[in-house]
Amino acid sequence: MIGVRARFLHLVLLGWAAVVTLPLLWAVMSSLKTDAEIFDSPWSLPSRLRWENWARAWEQASIGRYLLNTVVVVGGALFLTMLLGSLMAYCLARYKFFGNRFIYYTLVAGMLFPVFLALVPLFFVVNQLGMLGTYHGLILVYAAYALPFTVFFLHAFFRGLPAAVAEAAFIDGCSHAGVFFRVMLPMARPGLVSVGIFNFLGLWNQYLLPLVLNPDPDRYVLAQGLASLAVSQGYRSDWSGLFAGLVIAILPVLVAYVLFQRQIRAGLTAGALR
Amino acid sequence: MRPGKYRFLAGAMIPPLVLYGVFVISPYAQAFYLAFTDFNGVSSDVHLVGLENFGRLLRDPLFLKGLRHNGLLLLAVPLGTIALALFFAAATGRRGTRPYRVVYFFPQLLSVAIIAVLWQFVYTPNSGLLNGFLRAVGLASLRRSWLAEPDLALWCVIAAMVWAAVGFYVVLFSAAMESIPVDLYEAAALDGAGPFAVFRRITVPLIWDSVQVAFIYLGIAALDGFALVQIMTVGPGGPDGSTEVMGLSLYRNAFTYGKYGYASAMGVAIFFLTLTLAVFTLRATKREAVETA
Repeated sequence: MIGVRARFLHLVLLGWAAVVTLPLLWAVMSSLKTDAEIFDSPWSLPSRLRWENWARAWEQASIGRYLLNTVVVVGGALFLTMLLGSLMAYCLARYKFFGNRFIYYTLVAGMLFPVFLALVPLFFVVNQLGMLGTYHGLILVYAAYALPFTVFFLHAFFRGLPAAVAEAAFIDGCSHAGVFFRVMLPMARPGLVSVGIFNFLGLWNQYLLPLVLNPDPDRYVLAQGLASLAVSQGYRSDWSGLFAGLVIAILPVLVAYVLFQRQIRAGLTAGALR
Repeated sequence: MRPGKYRFLAGAMIPPLVLYGVFVISPYAQAFYLAFTDFNGVSSDVHLVGLENFGRLLRDPLFLKGLRHNGLLLLAVPLGTIALALFFAAATGRRGTRPYRVVYFFPQLLSVAIIAVLWQFVYTPNSGLLNGFLRAVGLASLRRSWLAEPDLALWCVIAAMVWAAVGFYVVLFSAAMESIPVDLYEAAALDGAGPFAVFRRITVPLIWDSVQVAFIYLGIAALDGFALVQIMTVGPGGPDGSTEVMGLSLYRNAFTYGKYGYASAMGVAIFFLTLTLAVFTLRATKREAVETA
């Protein structure tokens, strides 16, 4: 009786695994077929592996360029967020000064506001600064919106670190900045890794902000580029090229997940429970 | 403490505060002002119009449609996702079933744009995965042009949202379930409780904090839905407004029609709805804390 139930349960689990993976596998398979094969039957295997679809997506459909743009913007924003966020969290957690609580709660309140509310004025702010469609504009905006959560998360982390180590470093003649960079930051490494993974994925997956603030097709990030290809390739009906672009966009994340799946899941769920 | 404290504090705090002030606080503050104006992009020509934008909002059939659809999302997405996630989290508790969690989690890592494009392909009438599957298993009569039928299109978007979210909450819930003391289960087994009773009486109450968090996050996601709708659906928001969401109305009014004041009023409405939702969820899902010690 129990055996039957366990086997049925296993079948259900297998079913959902299929629901999750089939669309992805199907996209990979379709990216290696010709358009005619795709239209003929969505389930047939490719007669020959058409890697040229991937080359076409990379060059003609500019997936390579979008990927590069994304790496520049996300890399820059991640570095800035982690640097400013950890500095701010450290100061708010370890120093007493006038306005400390006020700043902290202003930041935390920022997490409750939907980005849609800020969208229209943000567009004009970025426009007035002459930063529409620039790398640095996007980097600054990404970092500003990733800041509240980063500070919130690391604040608790810096609070929990022992004070004795910092005091010892001060006695040894270390400056304030020296204590932060050489003593406290290394001790906060597990927290930095968690929030870093969380931020990386959040920034990598941004769609709304670049859609509004990054109108120049040469500067499109991957999410934006893919969405606009889905419209324009649809018209030209280069389906295999679009599938190839989709798979190229998924691959880096998949590789990262296979390598670091434990840390990624731990980092993301730890982030949610704060 | 060493001297130079205030110099360090200033150097460390001022750059992030300026960044935050310019790109986050000032836009939020301006949005509340713009919502009461007829701002159309020309800053020399702005008039305060009082509550007119909000009055128009209540008479805007497309925005009201969006509001209703977000309401439907708000019911369907959290309930569907949490039910599935609770089930799969409980079902993958035993040894040998753990790898399923690794697989289930993966869609969480895909950007909404990728999910939207992928599912647009899945729903494609002639060469799509779904219709191909139905034909393959002999249910060809169930084939539809999914995203083109007003009654189905929004449900197709909901399915894609749930598909992408379930795995994350499986991992979240199963982490919480693993921290439940084993002796509670043993005691329940001794008392003759079946698996369903154990799940309902022990597991769910003891991970209720996580479930509450899930309701809030999914609720906020359900009030959005912009990216999926904007990329996946025809129009976007179609057919015939059947997948319109509030965010899409805002985006269209601002960046297609240039009605920035009116769009800001929509932003304010979305803000208050989000806030109400968070407070309401916290209240509605409040339970007595369960002692496990």
